[in-house]
Amino acid sequence: MELPDWNPGPPGLYIHVPFCRSKCGYCSFYSVDTLHDLPSFLEDLPKEMSLYEAQFEPFDTLYIGGGTPSLIKTDDLKILFEAIDQAFPFCGNREVTIEVNPSDVDLAYLDALRSLGVNRLNIGVQSFNDRILSFLGRRHNAVDAYAAVTAALAAGFDNIGIDLIYGIPGQELSQWIDTLNRALSLNIAHLSCYQLTLEKGIPLREHLEKSGALLPSERLQREFFLETSDRLESAGYIHYEVSNFAKGEHRASRHNIKYWNHTPYLGLGPSAHSYTAGKRWWNSRSVRGYMDRIGVGVIPVESSETLTLEQLRLEALFLGLRTRWGIHLPDFSSRFKCDLLEEKREALDKLTGDGFLTIDREFLRPTRAGMAVADGIASFLFI
Amino acid sequence: MVRRAGKEKMRQILMDNIRNFSIIAHIDHGKSTLADRLIQYTGVCTDRNFQEQILDNMDIERERGITIKSQAVALPYRAKNGQDYTLNLIDTPGHVDFSYEVSRSLASCEGVLLLIDAAQGVQAQTLANLYMAMEHNLEIIPVINKIDLPSADLPRVLKQIETELGLDPEGHLACSAKEGTGIEEVLEAIVQRIPPPGGYRDASLSALIFDAHYDAFRGTIIHCRIFDGSVKAGDVIRFLSNSAAYKVEEVGHFLLSRQKRDRLTAGEVGYIIAGLKTISDVRTGDTITLDARPCTTTLPGFKEVKPVVFASVYPIASDDYEDLAVSLEKYKLNDASFIYEKDSSAALGQGFRCGFLGLLHLEVVQERLEREYDLSIILSVPSVRYRFTLKDGTVIEVDNPTHYPDPASIVLSEEPYIRSSMMMPERYLGSVMKLCMEKRGINSSLHYPSPSRAELTYEMPLSEILFDFYDRFKSVTQGYGSFDYDLTDYRPGNLVLLDILVNGEKVDALSQIVHRDRARARGLQACERLKEEIPRQLFKIAIQGAVGGEIISRTTISPFRKDVTAKCYGGDITRKRKLLEKQKKGKKRMKMIGAVSIPQSAFLAVLKSDSS
Repeated sequence: MELPDWNPGPPGLYIHVPFCRSKCGYCSFYSVDTLHDLPSFLEDLPKEMSLYEAQFEPFDTLYIGGGTPSLIKTDDLKILFEAIDQAFPFCGNREVTIEVNPSDVDLAYLDALRSLGVNRLNIGVQSFNDRILSFLGRRHNAVDAYAAVTAALAAGFDNIGIDLIYGIPGQELSQWIDTLNRALSLNIAHLSCYQLTLEKGIPLREHLEKSGALLPSERLQREFFLETSDRLESAGYIHYEVSNFAKGEHRASRHNIKYWNHTPYLGLGPSAHSYTAGKRWWNSRSVRGYMDRIGVGVIPVESSETLTLEQLRLEALFLGLRTRWGIHLPDFSSRFKCDLLEEKREALDKLTGDGFLTIDREFLRPTRAGMAVADGIASFLFI
Repeated sequence: MVRRAGKEKMRQILMDNIRNFSIIAHIDHGKSTLADRLIQYTGVCTDRNFQEQILDNMDIERERGITIKSQAVALPYRAKNGQDYTLNLIDTPGHVDFSYEVSRSLASCEGVLLLIDAAQGVQAQTLANLYMAMEHNLEIIPVINKIDLPSADLPRVLKQIETELGLDPEGHLACSAKEGTGIEEVLEAIVQRIPPPGGYRDASLSALIFDAHYDAFRGTIIHCRIFDGSVKAGDVIRFLSNSAAYKVEEVGHFLLSRQKRDRLTAGEVGYIIAGLKTISDVRTGDTITLDARPCTTTLPGFKEVKPVVFASVYPIASDDYEDLAVSLEKYKLNDASFIYEKDSSAALGQGFRCGFLGLLHLEVVQERLEREYDLSIILSVPSVRYRFTLKDGTVIEVDNPTHYPDPASIVLSEEPYIRSSMMMPERYLGSVMKLCMEKRGINSSLHYPSPSRAELTYEMPLSEILFDFYDRFKSVTQGYGSFDYDLTDYRPGNLVLLDILVNGEKVDALSQIVHRDRARARGLQACERLKEEIPRQLFKIAIQGAVGGEIISRTTISPFRKDVTAKCYGGDITRKRKLLEKQKKGKKRMKMIGAVSIPQSAFLAVLKSDSS
């Protein structure tokens, strides 16, 4: 099948560091809770990079996530960055993000990150409430979280984001608002506010099933969502994706946006996903499996898929509806030979009439209420 | 048994080495297990190829533990007296929907094994079956099954056999079909106590059709019992009901597969293949004779089986209409009691109106269409056949609520009634009577077959049985009650049309004809059931019940306002897309009414009074 002519910009590079000191019950990203293989993994990464030489255009973002990348010592990070620069070309003005755990970082570490060229930090704060932090299985407490952000500011980072989680069993709105207010008081560039979700197989899900504890009701979850959006937008943040807020469009995560608009990205490390030109592939979700493959010079890819035009269209629909920018109708139409306004007129009339979507010049955009049910809208439009 | 005057001069032969018998039992008393055990014991098949419950060879039958088609199998048996016998087991359907088929099978036998569960004892169907066997003058051998159960209570069952069935308990046998104990005794009893079939071999052919099935290569295979005369390949046979004539291609016996024979003779059970293209050409209960030398009288008991429950079937995707048409045609090949014709619905498009013998029959057809023909279909709310006398004197029959006549033109409305018979331990009598009154039951009678057991009969509108009767009966009797019914007559009733509106749009497939006094309650129940069945959607959904334009019930399904939409990065995208694709597949089992998707299950759920 002929792939649509779609080149939204330079690709992004992602590196997955699948190591943690301890596993958090809510997390569904792949990682192991022993550092035993970290050194050999760091030796393997450059080998994986060499398998992809010259397959991608110059990147303009680098995102080191995990897992817990802040477990990597600064000397090792330096070697890693050198390897990256040697393996791949980058555009100027690149965005370089690293995820850090508040327990791992001090001023010296953060200074070192700065000198390596890291210009964006994502700190896994999750909450400013100690009881919730311990419920979530985090290693740090609220004081550590403040200290980490303060140190990052002191180290000169101006593009700092923190992750927060709401919708914890038993949590009341007032408690969440307290955490939000504390986050606002830090006056940082970026906030990610995630609704707690219990994906299959994660320990917290089993724990809650056994204890019979219930997640907050849909009504309360909606309140969490709308309050968050309302308060953060009043404080000058743009609600640019279901779970993401940035102080100004230029503070939005350039890297993450690539996931939402089919920009190519290359993911390295176990379980990392890559996408380019209608094809998606993902690495082995096992450190051992990954290293075994690299050891024999084979790409550690577990599986791949080539998306049909219909699948690409569906992804463009549900991903676009998660973002403030929404779906650019002329682009959509030329990529997928599908005039949404024409083909889905009745459904769109209903969705705009009920305040879930707006049609703003050439964009089909979710409202705040629409973002709350982005998946529902996608399935209503698609199915 | 059929004996007629005028044949005295002919020599009646006894087929000493043949026994024709059925097993009759209340549901779940172990009929199929015993049949399997007899087959296994007599070595028709080896243990190696023995498949559990061979006679119930449809998935649905096996899953539900109900036999819905008759089957026959000839069991070769060397008795203790050293003689070889052929024991023809004619398996009978085990559900009240199919009682006519049961009666035709019994008419082909000389005796029955009346199987009774040692723990549950005599139940309503045990009695109904016994009466039927008595009507056919059959030798009745009571067999108590499941004696291995810890809860087995032999003395109690023996007492019931004596007092409730009026049979001599001395003659009972006891077995455990599951464990395989007592099987030889059963076989010996069949040989010793069931009389051999007789008949006039030299008389004109007179054979009873007790079933038929369709074979893709040979066409319709007629299952029959020869009473008089004989039939062989090359003969031209004729059906007495419609005088249709066919040339016989093959006759034979049923072992596990068909075994071709030279001829079938008086007393024998077997099959005839005669180039019949569809099963609808054959009527169960009909008499077969020879065209050249016809018999003069029809075997007794023949009737046209008429469907009593009607529903429309629609493809969920309208482009599946042709597939549905082809599938119905194929299905019909093997189910003569199923009828259908073209139909259309304003809400659901082109479909077919179908007639069934009962709700179970309906469910079986639905399942088979979906399973064997891979179709996604929607059934409208089932209905009985009503009768309306109009002002101009015409009488019309209406089995489809969308054809309900203009109320102003109706002089008389009538609905079919049944005579129901229920058995239960006395302690449930009060709640069963309450249920029957709620179901507009009248003219009850009560008697006690034994001190703690009650047999209750009521006359009730058939439509009330469709509406959630079985489930509630089972529930109020905690599973100890049993139920049987016969259609009786039509009686006047104050009937109205109850429409269901979804977001203001009438869904004709959800309409029901109901008694006026029950309209409000039924409207409310329909709304509540639909509220449970229709998943919440992005928009508020109003569901209303209306009679003659007046809204009599309503409920609202509140919209969902928050998805679980937390994170969506590299690894989440494929997963999320697959989830949506799966949903889309699931939606194939939904029907869009305006912007509302109504699941297939909603259409039958309307007949239930509560979700439990």
